[in-house]
Amino acid sequence: MKRLFYLGLVIGLLFGGNVSADDRVHFGSQIKPILSDNCYYCHGPDAGQRSTDLRLDLKDSAFSDLGGYAAIVPGDVQASELVRRIQTDDDDERMPPPDHRKKLSATQKELLVQWIAQGADWSEHWAFQPPVQPVDPVVTNRDWPINFIDDYVLARLEQEHIQPSSPAEWRTQLRRLSFDLIGLSPSLEQLRQYSGARDTPSYEQIVDRLLASPHFGERMAIYWLDLVRYADSVGYHGDQPISVSPYRDYVIDAFNQNMPFDRFTREQLAGDLLEKPTRNQLVASGYNRLGMMSAEGGVQPEEYLNKYASDRVRTTASVWLGVTLGCAECHDHKFDPFLTREFYEFSAFFADIKERGLYDGSHQSGKWGPSIEVPDEQLPDLLRPIDADIQLLQQTLVETPDILRARLAWEQKVRHQNFNWQPLPPSSFDSVHKVTSQINEDHSVSIGGDNPNENCYVITADVDHDARAFRLEVLPDAALPKQGPGRAGNGNFVVSEFIAVGGDHAGKRDELKKAVGQWPDELKSQVIALHQATATIEQTAGGERHPDKKWSAASAIDQDQHGRSWGWAVLPAVGKPNEWVAQIAGDSKADGTVTFVIQQYHGQGSHTLGRFRLSSSPVADAVANPFHGLPLEVKVAIDLPRGDRTAEQDKTIADHYLSIAPQLAEARNKLEQLKQQRQQVVDAHTRTSPISVSVPPREIRVLPRGNWMDKSGDIVQPNVPRSLGGKNWTGPATRLQLADWMVDRRNPLTARVFVNRLWRMFFGNGLSPVLDDLGAQGQPPTHPELLDRLAIEFMESGWDIKHMVRLIVTSQTYRQSSSLRQDLADIDPDNRLLARQSRFRLDAELIRDQALHVSGLLVTRIGGRSANPYQPAGLYRHLNFPTRKYQASVGDAQYRRGVYTHWQRQYLHPAMKTFDAPPREECTAARPRSSTPLAALVLLNDPSYVEAARAFADRVLEQDGSNDDKMNWIFLTAFSRPISNDESNLLQKLLQEHLAFFAEHPEQAQQLLSVGQSTSMSAAPPDERAAWTSVCRAVINMHEFILRK
Amino acid sequence: MEPLQLLQSRRTFLGRASAGIGAIALGSLINRDATAAAPIYRPMGAADIVVRPRCKRVIHLYMAGGPSHLETLDYKPKLAEWDGQPMPKSVTDGQQIAQLQGQRNNLKILGPQHGFRKCGRSGQEICDILPHIQTIADDICIIRSMHTEQINHDPAHTLMNTGTSIPGRPSMGSWLLYGLGSETQNLPGFVVLTSVGGGQSQPIASRQWHSGFLPSRFQGVEFRSQGEPVLYVTNPDGVDRQRQGDVIATVRQLNRLGLQTDYDPEVETKIAQYELAFRMQMSVPELADISDEPQSILDMYGTKGADGSFAANCLLARRLAERGVRFIQLYHRGWDHHGGIKDGIKYTASLVDQASAALVTDLKQRGMLDDTLVIWGGEFGRTPMAQGNGRDHHIKGFSCWMAGAGIRPGLTYGATDELGYAAVEKTFHVNDLHATMLHLFGIDHTRLTYRYRGRDFRLTDVSGHVVNEILTS
Repeated sequence: MKRLFYLGLVIGLLFGGNVSADDRVHFGSQIKPILSDNCYYCHGPDAGQRSTDLRLDLKDSAFSDLGGYAAIVPGDVQASELVRRIQTDDDDERMPPPDHRKKLSATQKELLVQWIAQGADWSEHWAFQPPVQPVDPVVTNRDWPINFIDDYVLARLEQEHIQPSSPAEWRTQLRRLSFDLIGLSPSLEQLRQYSGARDTPSYEQIVDRLLASPHFGERMAIYWLDLVRYADSVGYHGDQPISVSPYRDYVIDAFNQNMPFDRFTREQLAGDLLEKPTRNQLVASGYNRLGMMSAEGGVQPEEYLNKYASDRVRTTASVWLGVTLGCAECHDHKFDPFLTREFYEFSAFFADIKERGLYDGSHQSGKWGPSIEVPDEQLPDLLRPIDADIQLLQQTLVETPDILRARLAWEQKVRHQNFNWQPLPPSSFDSVHKVTSQINEDHSVSIGGDNPNENCYVITADVDHDARAFRLEVLPDAALPKQGPGRAGNGNFVVSEFIAVGGDHAGKRDELKKAVGQWPDELKSQVIALHQATATIEQTAGGERHPDKKWSAASAIDQDQHGRSWGWAVLPAVGKPNEWVAQIAGDSKADGTVTFVIQQYHGQGSHTLGRFRLSSSPVADAVANPFHGLPLEVKVAIDLPRGDRTAEQDKTIADHYLSIAPQLAEARNKLEQLKQQRQQVVDAHTRTSPISVSVPPREIRVLPRGNWMDKSGDIVQPNVPRSLGGKNWTGPATRLQLADWMVDRRNPLTARVFVNRLWRMFFGNGLSPVLDDLGAQGQPPTHPELLDRLAIEFMESGWDIKHMVRLIVTSQTYRQSSSLRQDLADIDPDNRLLARQSRFRLDAELIRDQALHVSGLLVTRIGGRSANPYQPAGLYRHLNFPTRKYQASVGDAQYRRGVYTHWQRQYLHPAMKTFDAPPREECTAARPRSSTPLAALVLLNDPSYVEAARAFADRVLEQDGSNDDKMNWIFLTAFSRPISNDESNLLQKLLQEHLAFFAEHPEQAQQLLSVGQSTSMSAAPPDERAAWTSVCRAVINMHEFILRK
Repeated sequence: MEPLQLLQSRRTFLGRASAGIGAIALGSLINRDATAAAPIYRPMGAADIVVRPRCKRVIHLYMAGGPSHLETLDYKPKLAEWDGQPMPKSVTDGQQIAQLQGQRNNLKILGPQHGFRKCGRSGQEICDILPHIQTIADDICIIRSMHTEQINHDPAHTLMNTGTSIPGRPSMGSWLLYGLGSETQNLPGFVVLTSVGGGQSQPIASRQWHSGFLPSRFQGVEFRSQGEPVLYVTNPDGVDRQRQGDVIATVRQLNRLGLQTDYDPEVETKIAQYELAFRMQMSVPELADISDEPQSILDMYGTKGADGSFAANCLLARRLAERGVRFIQLYHRGWDHHGGIKDGIKYTASLVDQASAALVTDLKQRGMLDDTLVIWGGEFGRTPMAQGNGRDHHIKGFSCWMAGAGIRPGLTYGATDELGYAAVEKTFHVNDLHATMLHLFGIDHTRLTYRYRGRDFRLTDVSGHVVNEILTS
């Protein structure tokens, strides 16, 4: 009886059980969970839900005088109103009320009564109190413990009179260790070493070797990437791809370098705020920008900024603090002491992060907000020879006396050109989307007012000479973003189509706004055909997909044949004047009133003109003339007599001439080719990664009920919840200060949360089993003192992660056998007391790794771009904007470890998903471990696993010896243990049957052997290879293959 | 030692889920697992939870993209009168607007683009672009007072499926499997089919049928019209059924051998899963092969064969329903008519109208409509205001229809204002739809919960009311 009761204590009353009068009731593990689950909803932290002053989450309130009586009177059951209320039969008085969903069980009532009778000992919630260094317990069996972990575990077991398990067999230990530390089973060589009579490395040496392996970081990263929701796509709506892999590599590297966790924390939360941040620290700061983003047209940016902000609070509170602060977004937390206001204060730490609610991708570099370029390590080596060639060529592009002479002659000619451009004073201005317009003294038009995503301007003007060419000048203006000339946030615009029509057509905007092809015939017939469009600048950024590779002048008169979002644009030359000109085709001239239609249908980010001027020229070859379209600064310089120019101006002209001198055409072409080649190398070996950029913080208000449209709430400043200490920062606190607070010795949660999650990796469950909630609704730890001891050890070691891992895996507790024990089956089915090791299925990524590993296909390179394993066709057919086709990686990239798998949030690779890898839309602290028929189908039929079996079979056939020897080799490789006779016989039977079959069906053998990209070097006959492939498929599908025990 | 005695851990686990909802879910073999790290079930007595069930399965005809209620189920004669007039600012001020944000001050009314007529004995008003659905007017209940909270597709779908717009929660099919298990041994209990056509094909995320924080065995499984019907259900190249069976049999025997020396109940589960997988490899192709359907049935649905069209999917839906699948969801992506709504919606309607009506009629003639709930509708509606010659996203009022399983036929429930802008009469939130659906299964929506991150989550989040008025007594 006594034994059972203790267990009840330990397991937090999962099973109920009887209450014995002489045992002391523990507030934290027994009473608090009852109060939280049944009473806090109305008598808890949420002010919005309380209809009474009585709070049962606060000692003062629970014990206070309510007018002659109190809810709880310590030691006095009779006087405690709570007791009366939970025991009464009167529906009007009973608590919880009859209509409440929660009801107290008899055992719970009994516990409450007994607790009060014993004096109602009240302690604050364990996880919100800083850990206290406990005194290590004394155990009877002094031979068993290796380190302090074992003292705590054994002390508890001795209390329960349970014997720990014996150590696992050495092969199992080695295999477990290898899976847990590097995510791969030991090689045969390692097995041999360990089993050897002499020079056998010690267990500790093996631990050190594995901790030093670069695969350690890969294995640890899986868990961290789940927490921070790392993915290779943005998640919302079109789920477009985004390059984030440098962040993933940063995480792997940090674990490998054993970066102290406090530094790891600072770099991710605030790498950009560190003094002179390194590239890696900026990449780390990308943590703040790993959440989902949207480019869905029609998104209200403010709504999404709020979505991103609350996601950040949920995630950060979960990653470092293991609490559900996110629950306080709409109401005060129901169970934990977090107020709605504190949710928004926490959110305010991140208000300085530069981001947008709606990402529109108007040009590539800014598509998903600020990012940094991360060159591959080998890039400088690859560029060295190209750069040397470029330098050689550039030395030939200098102004020799010959060229100087030619240049001066050219200048002469240019100066005498007169295109006689005449500004056209507009007589009317109209637009499809209403804007304000103003016609300036210089005849330019300035636009203001509403700023629509697209527009079409209709201007009429009188041309009083026979015009042969038209000019559109785009002009800077202080009133425009970045001084214009466009109205987009970056000062840019896109003229998608420029049309001139003879006659006055003011008022016909509803027709003129359409494509010319859809105009009525009488309008169409008056269109003045234009050709030979050129401009003083044509934007190349983001123009890769246009046939001209740029936002060319020509695309403004192409009748939108490449789509109407294309046109002429000028980035990066914003804040400057530029011009676009086009010749009237043939011998036509324009005279009288002309209607100019300027269509600006880029459709995103208000890429419309803010200030512009129209002119015409009577010169027949005004545009075709090679001297036309000089950059402005060259033109200005040429117009000055040579003596009046500055040296700089003369150099401007000289440099320009070098770029057009006919004598140098060949060298220039070659240089251009080299530069393109260089760019291709740079592109192929440079990745980008999102980073945090700090800007003046946006205003953060408390949003009533989380409603972003309600502006009535208070404006708040950054702070951390009062219940976790709160802080009095001078001035608005930064993310760096948040990071410092996270890893402050006084923070009660961070270290506990980290070691608790570490514990799960090595024992299958946390000491406190609800990994993402250490709050009132979580579960108290089974070994609270051990958890505190580990947390303090972690902090005192300088947040040394490898030290903690070493401590855990070298403990006696860790090294126990995981075999199920009859004596524990009823009393501790979840192995919370740790009288044995746990056994559990490998994580999704490691299942893939293991198949590739045994087959010899695995590529062990660390880091790099994400890889695309084979995937069934058509999986992405529901994606759009743009539509996508999955391309499986070719070559080495096909055989990379699972951690490098391309993570498409909306359509995660099915093999990953089936083995419970999360889509990483939200923070995940603990993956479920399911077993479904779909998982069986993956291992049976996914080409990755069939190919692995085929390659595994080829390796088998290279082994010497009998078939029995080969079978044994398979088992040593796949399971790190020899095969039994029975097992061998079963596989022999399969082998013989399939040998006979495939010998008679060579075409089927051939088909099976053709699965996957890899080519086989095996000289063995196809029927043998196919039959052994069947054997290897059976092995890969065995339960033991994906089991860590 | 008798190995089976060690099954204690599973027994204890079941004991904890004492005959409650978890136990029911566990009772379903196809979706069984019992892992060491099994989640904590918060069971309720079985008798307590399922009360007078009328419904056994759902077929959700999901018109994705946001069908205009004004051209389908919500007739607004006044809107026709006011066509081209400015939209009263008093209606739209302070309201959410999607793509029309830039034109907030210049909103104009767009009249209904198609006619309506009163149909059947019930006289329900249905648009002329849905001539077949008009013929089943007396079998369906039209809800005209739907409203939602999310104005963009992705979060609005998430709300419609999971009861909240925050990603990561289970979808309604997963909740049903968790609560009730499945009635099929050979097929997944929650199946999703998709088709495309009509307006622009807005993307749809697999999170819409994900099990969220519920165990993954409750997630929806997509049946595909091209390639393998279910991912990885086809044997590898060169491996025929016999050879595949040999491998699976060997795996089973090897796993059994392991049990003798090192007992682990998880292995038993694994063995069962492989057997089910093998059965699925048979039953899925059999299901997808509709060659045994008579020509009259094909004609009735308007399909020539399993070609991935909505019509073909409706026929597959009936076959899935017959085989005991709990929740069948058919997405048709093609209702996002920002422009050219007149022709666009007519075309999209033509792709779904006949088969939608045929499905209801077919279920009825087989006696299955009595315990099958059919839901027809989208994630939101569209504005009475013009967006060019189309309509923008709209959340304040839209429509859907339901049929079968205790839904009162021939009833029009609720109403929007004269403009078709806001639901004003008997408003019907998405969470009310969920509450009512669960009620038809005999489940109190406030009691079907799952503890995650310290909170008992439910499909209806913190709201939802059963709308008894649309139910037969």
